[in-house]
Amino acid sequence: MSWRAQGMRTWLLQRLTAVYLLLYGIFFGIYISLSSVQDFESWRALFTHPISNIATAVFFYSILYHAWVGIRDILIDYVPVAYLRFFLWVGMTFSLAVLAAWVSMILFNVVNL
Amino acid sequence: MDAIRNERVLILVTVFNWTYDAIETTLKAMITKQKRPKFLNLLRIHLPVTGVNSFAHRVSGALLFLAIPVFIYGFSLSVKDATSFNALLVDLKTVPYKLLFTVLAWALGHHLLAGVRFLLHEIEIGTSLSASKIASWLVNILGVIIFLVVGSCIWL
Repeated sequence: MSWRAQGMRTWLLQRLTAVYLLLYGIFFGIYISLSSVQDFESWRALFTHPISNIATAVFFYSILYHAWVGIRDILIDYVPVAYLRFFLWVGMTFSLAVLAAWVSMILFNVVNL
Repeated sequence: MDAIRNERVLILVTVFNWTYDAIETTLKAMITKQKRPKFLNLLRIHLPVTGVNSFAHRVSGALLFLAIPVFIYGFSLSVKDATSFNALLVDLKTVPYKLLFTVLAWALGHHLLAGVRFLLHEIEIGTSLSASKIASWLVNILGVIIFLVVGSCIWL
């Protein structure tokens, strides 16, 4: 099977994002329970360092990409009408792109450069 | 003369039979093609436990997809300023958010565990039918247990 085959890269990236989401979730859960995050300042401070900020950005982008692949699979399997499927796919892709831009703006406002 | 005539009649009858057969076959094919289910009717399928696991993975994934904008909105409020952070903490204890978290507890729990199961299968761990069935039962039940535990923590 060739890695240039159609869908192979998408398939792999869906798995890689899944693993990243799991690792980020575990790490974040452990960190939160060990550190003393109680108020706004300490919560916000979690995302001000460039490394944690970028790691969080990658976390959100991973969610969005993972969801993009998953919803695409659902559309392919359950929406038989081609033009409707295309319309929903475009709408879904556009919505996720908007969310990615929104997350970028949120995190960029928090980071201390 | 009679022999030639009989032969011509025989040829005509044969050609007629062939045509009739062709039309009959085509019509039958068209009818059976129409009767064939074109797309999956979810209510008429009896899924095995692995199928339930897989389908619930999709349903939970779709629910999580719908929750993404709410999640990002909440995150934006939480890092904006102290006022919106505290307002969010109060809002999260209201009934709509509680309902959302209860549903998402199952969705996230099941999606995560089933996802790990699929990843393990892909690196050829637990691929025998019996192991796969046991893992499916385990994931399905654990998803419901997570739902019940988180639900009772939220509501009680």
